[in-house]
This record gives sequence, C-alpha cells and structure tokens, in this order.
Amino acid sequence: MSEYSKLDVTQETIDAETEGMTINMGPAHPAMHGVVRLIMNLDGERIRKVDVEIGYLHRAFEKSAEQAGYLQVIPYTDRLNYVSPLINNFGYASAVEKLMGIETTERCQFIRVIMSEISRVSDHLTCVGASAMELGAFTAFLYLMKAREYLYELVEEVTGARLTISYVRIGGVKADFPEGFKGRALNAIKEVRKVLKETNQLLTRNRIFMDRLEGIGLISQEDAIAHGITGPFLRSTGCDFDLRKASPYWVYDRIDFDVPVGSRGDNYDRYLVRLEEMEQSMRIIEKAFALMKEGSIRVDAQGKEIPASLMVDEAKMGNTKGFWQFEPQVDPTLEGTAKKNQKAIYPDVEDKKEFMLPAKENTYGNIEGLMNHFKLIMIGHGTSPPKGEVYFPVEGGNGELGFYVVSDGTDRPYRVRVHPPCFPIMSALPKMLEGDMVADVIATFGSVNMIAGELDR
Amino acid sequence: MSVVFIQSTLQLVAVFAFFMGVLSLAGLLTWVERKQSAVMQDRIGANRAEIFGFRFFGLFHIIADAIKMLTKESFIPAKADKFLYQLAPIISVFFALITFAAIPFGNDLKFGEYVVPLQGLDFNVGLLFIFAMLSIAVYGVILAGFSSQSNFSFLGGLRATSQLLAYEMAMGISIIGLVMCYGSLNLNELVHSQGDYLWGWLPKWGFFLQPLGFIIFLIAGIAESKRVPFDIPEGESEIVGYFVEYSGMRFGLFFLTDFLETILISCLAAVLFFGGWQVPGLFEDGFHFWNGVVWNLPSFVVTIIGVFAFIFKIAFFCWFLMTIRWTLPRFRYDQLMHLGWKILFPLSIANILITGTVILLLS
Repeated sequence: MSEYSKLDVTQETIDAETEGMTINMGPAHPAMHGVVRLIMNLDGERIRKVDVEIGYLHRAFEKSAEQAGYLQVIPYTDRLNYVSPLINNFGYASAVEKLMGIETTERCQFIRVIMSEISRVSDHLTCVGASAMELGAFTAFLYLMKAREYLYELVEEVTGARLTISYVRIGGVKADFPEGFKGRALNAIKEVRKVLKETNQLLTRNRIFMDRLEGIGLISQEDAIAHGITGPFLRSTGCDFDLRKASPYWVYDRIDFDVPVGSRGDNYDRYLVRLEEMEQSMRIIEKAFALMKEGSIRVDAQGKEIPASLMVDEAKMGNTKGFWQFEPQVDPTLEGTAKKNQKAIYPDVEDKKEFMLPAKENTYGNIEGLMNHFKLIMIGHGTSPPKGEVYFPVEGGNGELGFYVVSDGTDRPYRVRVHPPCFPIMSALPKMLEGDMVADVIATFGSVNMIAGELDR
Repeated sequence: MSVVFIQSTLQLVAVFAFFMGVLSLAGLLTWVERKQSAVMQDRIGANRAEIFGFRFFGLFHIIADAIKMLTKESFIPAKADKFLYQLAPIISVFFALITFAAIPFGNDLKFGEYVVPLQGLDFNVGLLFIFAMLSIAVYGVILAGFSSQSNFSFLGGLRATSQLLAYEMAMGISIIGLVMCYGSLNLNELVHSQGDYLWGWLPKWGFFLQPLGFIIFLIAGIAESKRVPFDIPEGESEIVGYFVEYSGMRFGLFFLTDFLETILISCLAAVLFFGGWQVPGLFEDGFHFWNGVVWNLPSFVVTIIGVFAFIFKIAFFCWFLMTIRWTLPRFRYDQLMHLGWKILFPLSIANILITGTVILLLS
C-alpha cells in the first residue's frame, strides 16, 4: 500500500475545530462529465465530507417506457449506458423474451455474446482511457480511443450506427453479421491487443500512475457488497461475482473464460481488473466465433430478386406480369438485408408473427408481410406479452444491468425498472472519497466509470 | 561616433532580436506543442487555419490564437480584487521575460575594432538574478489565485506557493555544485569555461561534470514551468487552475508565461550544462579536427555558428520537455512535496558534498 494513503488522517484531524472550505465540484467541472455534482468540505486539500448530487441527466426513461410499445423501448435503451449501448439493448430484449417465453436461436445468441463483449471492451477502454486522461496522461487516452475506434467500426458495420444502434429486436437481432465480418473482427481484436500492450507499457508500471492510484479510493469487500456494488468494481475487492459465470445467460456457459479479481479494492486494482477483463472479453469473442455455426442462408439469385425501385418503375408502366414470382430486393438503407438471414437470427420465423417484425423485403414486397408489420407497429396491436413480471440481469460494462419488466397483457409494458450498475457505486462514493485529497477525487471518480445515462435514466 | 555608442547600438539590436526571437519561439511553441502531441498520439494536429488557401502545416493557428485571445472579452469577476487581478498576469509574464536579459546567446561578435557582446546584461551575479526573477514570477500565479476570489483558483494559488518552495530550493542548490566547479556566477564566464576539454577530448560541459546536478535541475525546471507532470497549480481536470477566472489576453499571458518558462529552462539547461553556444571542436579560430587539421574560419562566422548551436540546443530541450509533457501523468500535491523535499533536496545537498570532496581531492 502506498504511504500516501488516507491512513494518516486520524479522527481528530477530521473533527478538528477548523472551518473547512466548501467547494462545489461540478456539474460544470471537466472531470464531472457535466452530469454530477460533488459538494465537498475541505480541510486544506483533504476532503472531510462529500455530498454527491445526481440527477442532471434524468430523462424519465422508466416512465417513457410505460408510454411506448415494447419495440419502441429499444431506442430508449440505447441511451442508458451510451458507451456500451448494445448490452442495454440485449438486456432489455432478453427480459421481454423471458416474459414471452421465447428462446432465441443459437446463432442469435452468439451474435449477442460477440457484440456484448465488443461493447464491454469499448466500455473499459473508455473508462481506463478517460481516467488516465484526467490524471494528465493524455497520450494514453488517445491511444485507447484509437483502439475503441476499431471496435466502433465493427459496431457500425453490424448495426449501421455507432451510438444509437437499436440493433436488437425482440426474439432476435436486426440483421446478421455482414460478409467477412469474422475476419475483420479478429483483425480488430489483434489491433486492440497491440494498443493495449502499448498502453500497458505506458501506464501499468509507471511510478507516477501507480502512486496516484494505489491505496486510493479504498473500499472493503463487505462494504461493496453492502452497497450492492457489482461488476469490475466488486471484483477488484476480491469477490469473483460475474453474472456470466454466476447465472449464465445466452451461450456464456459454453465459452471458457476467466473472471479476474483484485485483492485490495483500490483504484489500481480496478484499473488492473479492467485491463484483464478486456483481454478475457477478446478471448470470448474469439471462442464465440470459433463455436458459432455459419447460419446465414444465402438465397440463390436466379432472377428471383429485383430491386424494389425497379419493380415500382416497371409497375408504373403496367408491366406487372410475372411479379408474383419475383422477390423484391430492398435497399440496405431500408434494412433490406435481413431476409436472407432471418431464419438464423430469429426463432421459427413462420410461427412467431405475434412479436417478430417481418423482414423488410416482406413488408415492402407482399401483403402478408405488410399486414404483419402494420399489426406490430400500430399502437394497441403490437407485441403483447402475457401478464407477468420478470427480472433479467446481464453483465454490463459496470456490473449487473438488470431489467425488471411487468406486463399487464397490453402492448405497452406496465413498468420497466432498470437496475443500473452505477447507482450503488455512486452511493458508496462518499465513503471512498472522504479522507483522500482533492486530486484523488479525479482518480476515484474515473475508476467508478460513472455513466450518467444509466445512473439517472 | 564613438566606438562605444556603435557597440551599444549594435548590442541593443542584437538583444532586441533575441527577445523577439524568444517571444516568437513562445508563440511557435504553442504550435509545436499541438503538432508534437499529434505526432505522439497518431493524430494530424491543428491544420485548419488558412490564409488564401494556404495552411503551412497549421502555422497560422498561432495568429488565429492571438487574434482570438485579443478580441475575447477579458472578464473580471465581480468580487475579485480588481487591481491585483489585473496585475497578476503582467507580473507573471514580465518577470519571465526579464530573465532572458541575462542569458548569453553567443560569443562576443567582433568586427574589426567593434566588440558586441551577445548578452543583454553581463554581470557577475547573472545566475542569481535569473533565480530571483523566476521566484518573483511565481507571485503572478499566487496573486492570480488569491485575487480571483474563487475557491478553485485559491487552491491553485496555494499549490503554486508550496510547489515553488519545494522546487526553487532543490533547483538553486543543484546549481551550487556547478558553480563550485567553474567558480563563477557570471553566466558568460560559465559558458566560456565550458569551452575547455577534459583529457583533451571531452567537452568540459556542466553535464559531464555534474550529471546528478543536471537531472535535479531538469526535474526542478519542469516543475518551475508548471507543466505535466508537475502541473498541479493548473491541474486542469482537478481544480482547473489558478487562472480559472481569467479570459481573453489575460489568460493568454499566463499561457505565454508557461511557454516562456519552458524556453527559459531550455536556455538555462543549455547555458549551464551543455556549454551554451560552445560547439565541440570549434575554437576562436575555427574547427580543430581530431587529426590536428584546423579549418580556419573568421571569428564573425564562429560566433554565428555558436548562436545557431545555442538555438539548436534550446530547440532540442523544448522538444524534450514537450515529449515529457505528453508522456507522463500528473503528480499529486503531496507526492510532489515528497519528491521535492525528501528526494531532490537531499540529493542536491549530496551533490554539493560529492562535488566538494572531489574538488578537494583533485586540488
């Protein structure tokens, strides 16, 4: 343990009869992300008391979800943890699927695992990078952002967006992986490993960096559990609780990986745990790619597909002869790549019309598809799970991300409650900060990886 | 006209050119910093400012920055002490600039009967003068922190005060070993005596005589210039800095001071430890090669080569300080005190003892 720890502050110094300086850090403070306020009472540079004020990014997600249909909630979940939106997407969809009693296809589950782990790596990259930047190591931050860029490119390729991805569909995902994705993903992982190695050399054994992190922001395992903290934060205290192992969901039980744990529960342990988790996540991605069966079924192109726009042009001229045997080919911008892979990423396409959006080729191409789409999208007709309630937790970037969904049998959820991993951590923040110095707020707060999107919802 | 008058005029011109050079270099360093960090971070760096479609690798950003700083509102907080608030940046930049007067940037320039010293102030306590002015420059920071009436800048001012105490001490004492070796506080003499050679081949530079002193000096020098890893008075992500309430050109002056101090530390490192304008093998009459061949040069040319050598050394140290700045994270306030008082200070005293012992044994 570092000799600069908080241990040399005795109770007397904290209780001493001096008037402290009250300092208001945030929300307009560079390290507070603009979304949280710490009201601190200082004795010199020592922090006597911290009052954490949250709620600056409250968007009434839970209430909005009650007003929207089950499908319409998905875009809201993108905005929860905006650093790893895919995990939120999948968590919500899995909860609704559990409510409806649907089992997704194996390929779909592999896709979810791979995309979740890509998100987890980008989440940790952001956290480690941002906290390094706030400690002054700007170069390390940009190296890590470069690595995150490789992963975001993958996300962009699969989902068509980088942040507000809305990739999940209840019972499946929007589209299968594009062609050649596996090779590019494995390549990106290789690049990320290179960057991580570089950053490792730059930071991990850096004396200044270690001094800033070691023994700072300490929390005991008991305290962490008492506050309900999960994720890398809890694991840094030595508890190996990881939902992917503790209650395996999707296909995590078929994939071999380790759960790194720390021993002291300080900032440095959290940094190391995150670094190792990135490595493990990349291992999971590689394993998942190896185990994943090629599920995409390519439709043979014997003149059976013509672009929808051409079909419209022809129809305007009255040339509709023989249209019944053509499949319209929808432009990818209208999400027209789904149909080929529909069977692989959705369970039994034909019989699950009550919740599953039809492929856009069908929506635009035949009346059954259009009707199906219409029924699902129209308010009052959409996906309506049976009455009941479920809780489905997934391992998010910061810990247990749980969705508790209550259905009253209509097409809108009666209640959607999110268990955000940040919230318990923020409740423990005063405990970690008091007795440390002002400069340590930055290090500890960085290692908390507070994402206001999911904290305030 | 008398010889003295012409000499003085020429000296004034040379010193004026040197000052302008320093100021332009400070401006240029803002660009260098951007580009250097960009190179280190796999980026392109600033390249958007253009005049008639010419961009010149983003060099116009210096002008754009200056225009921005000058035209912005220079805000004064309502509760601030207005006089001290406005005085602080002036003190900061003035005392940083005045130190350059004592820096010898070249050997005496000789044309026939005229001898022009390439130094603003050639006096016996040049080294002390520089350290004194540097210490006063910190008052600018302290005043800025205290007069803005903001808790964050107040913390910055406090940090600057304690950092000054911790580092000036080690820095001043690290130089004493050097002064013992050369027996002078006159910077010009210091540089002249560095023109000798040890064992006939190794330049008698401060770096070779005082390696420990150099390391302590450099660390303390970086702390002096208040840049990462010692930017705790600024601490942009912690307390935002002693200048948090400043805007416009008043902020710009603090910004400029940082770069001026970077140049000053580079100048001092070059003058004290790397022979100033001395070039190995270059004597008054030209280059002396290993094999005894002498390439005669006029004394005028030798001096000019010396000036360029000095500029090169400054540029090297500026680059070196930039590289450090973009590599390391920031210290914490108490760790800095620990480093300053418990490590560098004893080390610099040990350096004096070692130097004294060696000098005693050799004499």
